[in-house]
Amino acid sequence: MTERPDLKQALGRLLGPAGPEVGCDECFEQLDRYVELELAGADADAAIPGLRAHLVGCPACREEHESLRALVGGEQAL
Amino acid sequence: MSVATTVGRPQVDSTTSRSEATPVLDPESREWLRSLRSHGREHDEAVERLHSLLLRAARYECARRRPALPHLRGNDLDDIANQAADDALVSILARLDSFRGASRFTTWAYKFALLEAAVKLRRRAWQSREVPLEPETWSLFASAGIKPDQSAEQSELLDTLQGAIADVLSPHQRRVLVALALNGVPIDVLAERLNTTRGALYKTLHDARRKLRSHLEEQGLSLETLEETK
Repeated sequence: MTERPDLKQALGRLLGPAGPEVGCDECFEQLDRYVELELAGADADAAIPGLRAHLVGCPACREEHESLRALVGGEQAL
Repeated sequence: MSVATTVGRPQVDSTTSRSEATPVLDPESREWLRSLRSHGREHDEAVERLHSLLLRAARYECARRRPALPHLRGNDLDDIANQAADDALVSILARLDSFRGASRFTTWAYKFALLEAAVKLRRRAWQSREVPLEPETWSLFASAGIKPDQSAEQSELLDTLQGAIADVLSPHQRRVLVALALNGVPIDVLAERLNTTRGALYKTLHDARRKLRSHLEEQGLSLETLEETK
């Protein structure tokens, strides 16, 4: 049996991440530190538990994470 | 009012306790704080530099999202970027004492501008669109394009899930879940329409998801179980 990717994604959006996660405020609070840890190659998920799960569950915070990481990463690459 | 000041406190299960020592500020961050806390011309020049930095970040966000916003003209995007930079500046100056040096000051500042720009762009994109709030329960999944394959597990899961959305969730949880997770309404757009905050809405979504997961587990079903049967 092969599961259709759209069904899996839709179920993921409905049910959210399985593990503990931080909320949007905590995500915003920690996002700058998380991104710098990621860009430094450190274990950001171990340092800030629950943030990765929140990024999976919250599209808005995920987009802002992607933007911050791209912006700061791009500057560091210059 | 800036977006950053309207996000409610997180209520979801943040079980993390953080007791790290306050990091030592890097020289560049220390200089930002010193100049922004100074007076007169030095302060004004620092604020101007910070605004330029925030405007660059806001324009970056607008450029990233431009392909998804074909109806917005360049002037519209630049107006949004300027408003975002202005609002981010107000937020940052009000919260300067909360910067602890967990990152560089510029990284910390960027996130305010990106947030303000992203929220404004999401709201602009939905400005003239109706937000579907009242779900038609029986066609929930069909309208969202969710259909099972031939598998009995998928059909059972979807039937149970649809029943749980109708019977287990409160009306408010159902409305928020359907809007955000099925109909793809951006959380900031829904927050504005319902006169609430992103944080409060996400807590409602989180609680609804937990209820659905618990219900599925009670029925011997879960997303993970389904994946294991593939």
